[in-house]
Amino acid sequence: MSSITVGSHAHDDAHAAHGHAGSFLSTYVFSKDHKVIGIQFLFSTLIWFFIGGLLALGIRWQVAWPWADMPVIGKMLFSGEGGQISPEFYTVLFTMHATVMIFFVIIPILAGAFGNFLIPLMIGAEDMAFPTLNMLSYWFMWPAFIAMTASFFVEGGAAKAGWTSYPPLSLTDLNGQTLWLIGLTFVGVSSMMGSVNYLTTIIQMRAPGMTMFRLPMTIWAMFITAILQAFALPVLTAAGFMQLMDRTLGTGFFIPDGWAANNAPLASGGGQPLLWQHLFWFYSHPAVYIMILPAMGMVSDIIACFSRKPLFGYKPMVYSIAGIAGLGFIVWGHHMFMSGMNPALGMTFMVSTMMIALPSAIKTFNWLGTVWGGNIRFTTPMLFALSFVSMFIIGGLSGIFMAATPVDIFIHDTYFIVAHFHYVLFAGTAMGVFGAIYFWFPKMFGRMMNDSWGKVHFLLTFLLLNGTFFTMHILGVVGFPRRLADPYHYQTFHHLQPLNAFMTICAIGMVGAQFIFVANFIFSIFMGPRAGRNPWHCNGLEWQAPSPPGHGNFDVQPVVYRGPYEYGSPEVTTDYYPQTQPPAEGGDKPPTPPAH
Amino acid sequence: MGRFWSLVFLLVPVLGVACFAFAPMYKIWLPKDISQHGPVIDHLFYFILWLTGVVFVITEVALFWFMWRYDSHGRSNPVKFTHGSHTLEIVWTIVPAAVLLFIAIYQMNAWAESKMRNPAAGPDGILGTADDIPALLEVTARQFEWRLRYPVPEEIRKQALGKDSQWDSTKDPIKDLFVVNELHLPVNEEIILDLKSADVLHSFFLPNARVKQDAVPGMKIPVWFRATDTGSYDLVCAELCGWGHYKMKGRLTVESREDFNKWLEERFREQMATQDTASTAKGE
Repeated sequence: MSSITVGSHAHDDAHAAHGHAGSFLSTYVFSKDHKVIGIQFLFSTLIWFFIGGLLALGIRWQVAWPWADMPVIGKMLFSGEGGQISPEFYTVLFTMHATVMIFFVIIPILAGAFGNFLIPLMIGAEDMAFPTLNMLSYWFMWPAFIAMTASFFVEGGAAKAGWTSYPPLSLTDLNGQTLWLIGLTFVGVSSMMGSVNYLTTIIQMRAPGMTMFRLPMTIWAMFITAILQAFALPVLTAAGFMQLMDRTLGTGFFIPDGWAANNAPLASGGGQPLLWQHLFWFYSHPAVYIMILPAMGMVSDIIACFSRKPLFGYKPMVYSIAGIAGLGFIVWGHHMFMSGMNPALGMTFMVSTMMIALPSAIKTFNWLGTVWGGNIRFTTPMLFALSFVSMFIIGGLSGIFMAATPVDIFIHDTYFIVAHFHYVLFAGTAMGVFGAIYFWFPKMFGRMMNDSWGKVHFLLTFLLLNGTFFTMHILGVVGFPRRLADPYHYQTFHHLQPLNAFMTICAIGMVGAQFIFVANFIFSIFMGPRAGRNPWHCNGLEWQAPSPPGHGNFDVQPVVYRGPYEYGSPEVTTDYYPQTQPPAEGGDKPPTPPAH
Repeated sequence: MGRFWSLVFLLVPVLGVACFAFAPMYKIWLPKDISQHGPVIDHLFYFILWLTGVVFVITEVALFWFMWRYDSHGRSNPVKFTHGSHTLEIVWTIVPAAVLLFIAIYQMNAWAESKMRNPAAGPDGILGTADDIPALLEVTARQFEWRLRYPVPEEIRKQALGKDSQWDSTKDPIKDLFVVNELHLPVNEEIILDLKSADVLHSFFLPNARVKQDAVPGMKIPVWFRATDTGSYDLVCAELCGWGHYKMKGRLTVESREDFNKWLEERFREQMATQDTASTAKGE
């Protein structure tokens, strides 16, 4: 806390209660400082990212070489099966891979880690509106972490009904599924506390001069994501409780009449399995945008900064995000085209789904427009951000195949879908997140990450991810179904094994390449060269704070004079123009209006 | 280094297009289509593939070109200081919107044919009236097999049981053939089947016939198509149904009407023979 200087005195008084004496527990563990909470989220989610990656390798191993003994690890994990993956464990693998990646990695790393760390810094606030709630939002993740981890060790193993947990299959599972539902509820509560906090903070605590249309895209994306969370999450939480009651209290929300599992009736029935799908996707489709919009925002900031040029079409970018969020609420049925839902309803969902491709297209064109005519600096964060654009084009275009309902008849539940969402969520969001880590690392830890090793990490990840995921499109064109422990006994698919082996080798290489990142990350925290306040010469408010910012963030109250993207402005001699820098002419000019 | 990175990004469109160009040569492509509605679906697939392919190449090459051209290294030109272009925004909003709307409308009929215009409704197009066409069979999915129930026409039953013309069919109560995983269908006829599930969700997937429909417990969902080529094909379960999901495999055999009737008769005779032995063994 030595970096606290003038201007944060009032703040010190207000927050004297939480540990300026330097108690370790209140500073680093039960901290109410948004930066510490953000970094706690970052470390937790990165550890889960690693676990989720290992689960993915288990899936890939089985699909490439079904029933083959896993070298070394197999003997340790599956001694009962003689070192091979059992079909039950295979279902656990893909269920928990998706669960971990979605609920423990992508959503909390975007909203929890970057949302927490960046929102107050980028809007010029000293902290979140509700610091205690913020702390709780992190600690509510822990019961979820514990429940999901414990579920691997209960009778019957962890949840194995897929991450979508479709009943009635999910009602017949053993205790792992109950723990899964409990874990999910805690994640939901945590996200809800976060989103209330983000909304309040962004609406109420912006620095003087920081109008809504001077907010960086990252903040706009976090703001709209928080709205999505706040309105969609209650539905998932309610549905989770309904399934929990079906499992434990004998209700029958999702159980049809006369239905029996293992020759014994489970409940009186009268319910509908499709009801769960509607409720689940009413949340989980907006959740897809919760998992991409913040990355879009961060990527927009990174691309503008390293193109040394204003973001092309700031307002269309904002409206596109709002459009995606709005339409995102009325497209959930496209997950259910083959489900037995009324096909006429499917047709209306098809039209809304086609239309949601539009704002995504607008964003892509504006990113291209930003790069056009710039002065591109090929730093590691810039490479990751550009790869986000390149990969998002693939993920966006492949979505049109699925939106076309007749084509979806063939490719639904095939690897085409797996390719699509991995291009959006891994090649898109995860690459954007890597870029964001390299970009804001100096602000978080006061030191730079190694750029050369960062580029090696980028190159390997970029090439190997395409080797792993692009080929999945081709598998999907053959009709290769998801979630099959051994697909090769079908004559339609038996010639696909060599291709799958190639993909698995790429996947193993890709996970291996992440060790470069881990080493770079850990080494740089302690040994990286010291970063100044503004190592990238950026305009945003966060770069005016010390690196790392002390408690209360800013030395002096920042005042905002312009939007965040005035790079290469002819008004100044430098190629950047910080939001806080008063206009020339000795300050008698009023703050310039936003320049768009 | 900017040149190097631009070329890395150029690999995306180059290898992407190569991947889709070479896959058919190695027969890693759409499986042979044997259905009447399949060509429409495949046409839509190719239409969208070409459309997205062109957009993919243009945008990826543009990204490559901007990276190559506007590399800051060795340049000191001022950047194009612009915050956007109203005209461009309008162009790249309206053009994609029109294209997307066109795709949406263009495919509606194919969807309606495959999922909405149920031929079981008969000439009047209304289900539940006298001219309804009965289903050829009922498919009940259960962990982890396909249970098929064919109503056997009286003529075929008579032949199978070796009954004379005075036979009173009401005295032989079993009128249906029950088989597991062996889906036989007559070629060039409108097939109507009722899809049910006995336990959890399943999905009835015939890759070669471009047919997929989830089976939902508590629902009876109609499925229809017309197979246009004889042969033997895969029946796949495409919705996770438990640990044995991967082995829930059926076999589709499309054959001529005569062969189909012969198969029905033979299997019905076998079924009734084992039925009789079972009844005798129980002492009934």
